[in-house]
Amino acid sequence: MSLDTTLDTNTEDLIAEARRQVEICNACRYCEGFCSVFPAMTRQKAFADGDITQLANLCHNCRGCYYSCQYTPPHEFALNLPAALAEVRQDSWERLVRPRRLARLFHTHGVALALGLVVGFALMFLAVSTMPPEDGEGFYAYLSHVAMVAIFLPAFVLPLVVAGVAVRDYWREIGAPRPAWRDFTVAMDRGARLKNLSGGQGQGCNFEREDRYTDARRWAHQAVMYGFLLCFASTSVATLMHYLLGMEAPYGPLALPKLLGVPGGILLTGGALWLAALKLRADPDLGAKRVWGGEMAFVLLLAFVAASGLALYWAGGTAALGTLLALHLGSVLVLFLLMPFTKMIHPMIRMAALVAEASQARRKAEGIGREPLAQT
Amino acid sequence: MAEHQTIPPGDWDIVVIGGGNAALCAAITAAETGAKVLILEGAPETYRGGNSRHTRNFRCMHQGPLSVLTDTYGEDEYFDDLLLVTAGKTDEHLARMAIRTSEECLPWMEAHGVRFQPSLSGTLSLSRTNAFFLGGGKALVNAYYQCAEDLGITVIYRAQVRHIGMDDDGQATHVEVSVADGPVQEVRGRAFVLASGGFQSDIDWLTRAWGPAAANFLIRGTPYNRGVVLRDMLDQGCESVGDPTQCHAVAIDGRAPKYDGGIVTRLDCVPFSVVLNRDGQRFYDEGQDVWPKRYAIWGRLVAAQPDQVGYAIIDSKSIDLFMPSVFPPNKADTVEELAELMGLDPKVVAGTIAEFNAACRPGTFHPTELDGLATDGIEPPKTNWARPIDTPPFYGYQLRPGVTFTYLGLKVSDKARVQTADGPLKNVWAAGEIMAGSILGQGYLAGFGMTIGTVFGRIAGQEAAAHVA
Ligand SMILES: Cc1cc2nc3c(=O)[nH]c(=O)nc-3n(C[C@H](O)[C@H](O)[C@H](O)COP(=O)(O)OP(=O)(O)OC[C@H]3O[C@@H](n4cnc5c(N)ncnc54)[C@H](O)[C@@H]3O)c2cc1C
Ligand code: SF4
Ligand code: SF4
Repeated sequence: MSLDTTLDTNTEDLIAEARRQVEICNACRYCEGFCSVFPAMTRQKAFADGDITQLANLCHNCRGCYYSCQYTPPHEFALNLPAALAEVRQDSWERLVRPRRLARLFHTHGVALALGLVVGFALMFLAVSTMPPEDGEGFYAYLSHVAMVAIFLPAFVLPLVVAGVAVRDYWREIGAPRPAWRDFTVAMDRGARLKNLSGGQGQGCNFEREDRYTDARRWAHQAVMYGFLLCFASTSVATLMHYLLGMEAPYGPLALPKLLGVPGGILLTGGALWLAALKLRADPDLGAKRVWGGEMAFVLLLAFVAASGLALYWAGGTAALGTLLALHLGSVLVLFLLMPFTKMIHPMIRMAALVAEASQARRKAEGIGREPLAQT
Repeated sequence: MAEHQTIPPGDWDIVVIGGGNAALCAAITAAETGAKVLILEGAPETYRGGNSRHTRNFRCMHQGPLSVLTDTYGEDEYFDDLLLVTAGKTDEHLARMAIRTSEECLPWMEAHGVRFQPSLSGTLSLSRTNAFFLGGGKALVNAYYQCAEDLGITVIYRAQVRHIGMDDDGQATHVEVSVADGPVQEVRGRAFVLASGGFQSDIDWLTRAWGPAAANFLIRGTPYNRGVVLRDMLDQGCESVGDPTQCHAVAIDGRAPKYDGGIVTRLDCVPFSVVLNRDGQRFYDEGQDVWPKRYAIWGRLVAAQPDQVGYAIIDSKSIDLFMPSVFPPNKADTVEELAELMGLDPKVVAGTIAEFNAACRPGTFHPTELDGLATDGIEPPKTNWARPIDTPPFYGYQLRPGVTFTYLGLKVSDKARVQTADGPLKNVWAAGEIMAGSILGQGYLAGFGMTIGTVFGRIAGQEAAAHVA
């Protein structure tokens, strides 16, 4: 697949508006200490389309630069950098993932996501009712392990390939140099601590309390991120135990999959609901307003996946298990399948952006590239 | 934002007029003693904070590394810096007090929510003397308003104070204020802090003071500082300081908005350019000194030219040597076309540039220091960085005088008390730009405006609170 370099007019408009604002910021620089966007910006004087896309994907929408900006509307400079960058960022996710139509659909419309979920449920009910295993314990009394793998392996791998291609295209679009290993560790560290949501000094962001700083969104997002990773680890460990050790589910409460999965599920459920609550309080005009519904649906989907997974643990051995299993697996299926077409794509592109930034910052520090401009 | 806010009835201990740095420092300090404080801010909420919302740093004395400040910056060095820019037009006692107090201001500011950041990229030269606000002045102002809210201070926006009412004993009794263009109402109080800035946004006043040329000046900061309270107090016999005819002006991008363009309209290209007037002629040595030091004189120079406009012309050799401005330059492949684009006579401009180019001498160009690369045989000379303008594309910026503040102010004591010929007023204090002329009689020292506002704002708050306690 080759990179489509002609941007459609909507993309061009979004980038042009972000560029207009970035150029004002670059003449001002008051917000330099909030996040990585500003130090990245000040290394340049002119911004190609790819530069703007990269700045947009570095931005974590902490909103510090909106509430402290002296040029926000009604000022004629009309600065709203969090929104301008959010629009470009959102557009880049929808543009870089093929097929674009699907991406646009699921990003924008929460309803589409909900419908997808219903379809997922239906598929799993169908699977449970048409492919009852001969024998098996726990979950596998309803759906055999082989059937689960047959469904979920492609549902996991195919989207991953689509996402991988998108990340590659992203890298090409921003024209980033070849990264060094250190750039990955720097980026991992930034990502792991959500440095760009910290307000630069740990005071937090301005997401839901206007000009007051709060760390709520960072905590909520950390819960989601680490909750998700724990759940993922739980599933991976279980798979390994199944194949390598021949230890099949169900597992006892002290087995590794449960030790990882239960806290993970709790973190993910709580974090996702918290994010949803914060989103209700935040000003939609400071984000990509068009996808508000899609984003909300996605966070709720995450919460559902996690909560239904937890419910399975408690429902073990009860009559509800079959139904719950279909609901849980249905939601997981949708989450996986739609991964490149929903906000689930953002961790991957965000990591690419952080690595590219680490690499560019390092090159500057090593004296490769331009001298900083003197300001009076 | 409530469009028609009403002022809650009741007797206020302290009425603070203005809503910028000085006003907020005074109000917070007073409210922390338990006083009941009212802030009357003339601007709507979105534009609250006067010129303070445009600032980026304050200048702070320190004996060793302090917060983001490196090394040391002692009282004498600070004072010498002030003497240099004001050419002695300062009150040494007040100035030294402000300088000494600046050191304790920084921790006070941090304790009240202000956050600092290392000096911005490209401003390393200030990392020892000036502490930069994270997010700039608007973030500082926001932090103080949050503080004010937490302390139970009442803030009324769009509250234009017209007059301070006095009784026969020189005691202020009330203010006359119109909220959201509503009828004038009287608000009584026991003490008053005046922190409503200078008069630079009243173009008529500026024109009376400076001459008709001032009509073409751009105002870099808030349109709400019209000097109404300053005028009122002077009319009531208060003593003034500072030259009433002068204002601090720098050369900014001529396409900037009339008001509130702020920092981004700054243009740093002059040392690398040839600057022409409306008639296509050079009028001053563009390479006289490194730019920060010369920044301020170009406002005046341009103000003295016909139509108060200048045109800086550079070529592609220099385009990357200075900070970007908010507006892209005019750009053309020949000097004539560029002149045309900028509305200048192409023949005359081409002639001036040719003459300048012919006067350039070979030598080593060094953008960050006085390189002595001077012209030979033209008037006025360009004494540094004189390279021929010969490599297309050519770029041009229009320059206009941008007014930062006015110097005329109220005379105050070291307790921030407003003075009259018969001694100080009993219950009126002033802080910030409205009294800064006492210390800054001429010129400008980067970051000193916020220092004056913070120091005197806090003093005014303390004194007013002690008065009503
Ligand atoms: C673009 C720019 C950048 C600057 N950068 C710096 C810097 O980095 N560091 C620095 O130290 N200084 C800087 N200055 C100077 C600095 O802004 C001032 O010295 C400082 O803000 C003065 O504070 P203040 O509280 O006295 O006045 P202001 O902050 O201007 O506040 C005056 C307040 O009074 C209100 N007001 C006016 N008239 C009335 C009325 N009749 N009734 C009610 N309210 C009224 C206004 O709305 C406003 O809120 C800068 C100035 C400009 C224009
Ligand atoms: S957001 Fe506003 S205050 Fe911040 S750097 Fe940009 S222009 Fe300056
Ligand atoms: S919203 Fe936050 S992360 Fe994004 S550019 Fe502004 S300060 Fe940086």
